[in-house]
Amino acid sequence: MTPAVECRSLTKSFGDLTAVDSVDLEIRPGEILGLLGPNGAGKTTTIRILTTLLPADAGSAAVFGFEVATHPITVRRLIGYVPQQLSADGSLSGRENVALFARLFDVPRRHRGRRTDEALESMGLTAAADRLVSTYSGGMIRRLELAQALISQPRLLILDEPTIGLDPVARQGVWERITELRDTTGMTVLITTHYMDEANDVCDRVALMHHGRISALGSPGELRAGVGQHATLDDVFRLHHGETIEQQGGGLRDVVSTRRTAHRLG
Amino acid sequence: MLSAPDAPPIVSADRAGPVATTRWFASRIWTFCVLEFQKLSHDRTELLTRAIQPVLWLLIFGMTFSQFRVIPSGSVPYLDFIAPGILAQSTLFVSVFYGIQVIWERDAGILAKLMVTPTPRSAVVAGKSFAASIRAFVQAVVVVAVALLLGVTFQLAPWRLLGVVVVVMLGAAFFAALSMALAGLVLKRERIMGIGQAITMPLFFGSNALYPIEFMPVWVQWLGRINPLTYEVNALRFLLLGTPTNLVLDIGVLVVAVIVGVTCASLVMPRLVR
Repeated sequence: MTPAVECRSLTKSFGDLTAVDSVDLEIRPGEILGLLGPNGAGKTTTIRILTTLLPADAGSAAVFGFEVATHPITVRRLIGYVPQQLSADGSLSGRENVALFARLFDVPRRHRGRRTDEALESMGLTAAADRLVSTYSGGMIRRLELAQALISQPRLLILDEPTIGLDPVARQGVWERITELRDTTGMTVLITTHYMDEANDVCDRVALMHHGRISALGSPGELRAGVGQHATLDDVFRLHHGETIEQQGGGLRDVVSTRRTAHRLG
Repeated sequence: MLSAPDAPPIVSADRAGPVATTRWFASRIWTFCVLEFQKLSHDRTELLTRAIQPVLWLLIFGMTFSQFRVIPSGSVPYLDFIAPGILAQSTLFVSVFYGIQVIWERDAGILAKLMVTPTPRSAVVAGKSFAASIRAFVQAVVVVAVALLLGVTFQLAPWRLLGVVVVVMLGAAFFAALSMALAGLVLKRERIMGIGQAITMPLFFGSNALYPIEFMPVWVQWLGRINPLTYEVNALRFLLLGTPTNLVLDIGVLVVAVIVGVTCASLVMPRLVR
């Protein structure tokens, strides 16, 4: 079976910094794969290459067999992408935000209304659909972004830090929607996060990333078992890198920037 | 509940023929225009506040300079002469800072999401350019109405008004594309502000919006002749006042300017989302 994502020796540098350093990664169709690592590990750069936003320096990346460098439009047709920022447009209603992406993904006009309604309903936003997004909470905006990404029925959903800056209840809600989606549609999901506990609960497999390299790849259970009986993913990360993700000191900057976005929207 | 992913679109969509490409452009331009209408319908005061400046130009500058009779405007009264110029100016002003909105959309992650839709980048840029021209169009309605109230005698045959809509939208789309190209080059909101202000003045005063080109110093005339705003003003003056011009040349220059602007913007805009 064609892998959902296949990276071979993928490399990207910014000046002296090698953000993605010869990464090999294969994502199986239908799995939820978590790309875990501290801020600056190269997760977002990897995602930018996969979403055709950023050209790689060397190596290759393919989505369902299509090279991102040579078939960008086909790749974009196959993916749904939710960036790290809360990226819905506050000056439009929720329904208008979703309908925009229905149009941009060429959903036929006769299906547009129904599919928009379905996407909003599946994210629990039917009641709020006609309100301006500037009145939404952070968790609602994240769910609206999921609805936007799902309207095109993507085969691969790419979520960059989907729960950053959200309160615990909203986080829980977002994860529930993501797992429910995978279970009902069978789509492949690639997420990045630095919340180890959430990755542990949700992901089928996780890839630990640090300094642009993938240091470990496997199911959370396998990785933990390799360290010890009551080990957590944090312990796995510490074993590979000698420090925990929190000690990397990243994260906070992201939270602040996402909060700022939320503030601007609200 | 949501249905399963689409039956495999596992055929390449990257080799589109000219027909498919044209449909893409038409579809994206329509989509972004619809979006702009939706935004405007949520915030109608925006339209009025934006129309204040061109109206004040007509009222204060236009009415004052009508008294002086220092600027030769041929057989038409001076206020009539500059009304199409102010109309063209309003398309410039509404669009020349459009790049700031694009940078805001970049900061909010919206631009990255638009760039990850299955569309050639140039179609997204063209769509956004014409979205800017929707605002210019609505503003143009206000300017024309105010000019008529001030006693300007416009020729208002339907084909002339249709022509005005086309010319206003082409002009606004060009300046929006120019602004997006600058945004893609300088990448920062503050710099766009500075550059926008720096180019607005020569674009406006280096055109025939307020006085005929023939009365400028020779080197400014040269600026006026390469300035798309001049051709927009010529076309608008012909359509609204009946002054002679080469309409094919005017609209041709605007169409070429839009194509060049959209092409340049599509080449540099991806830098914003890297």
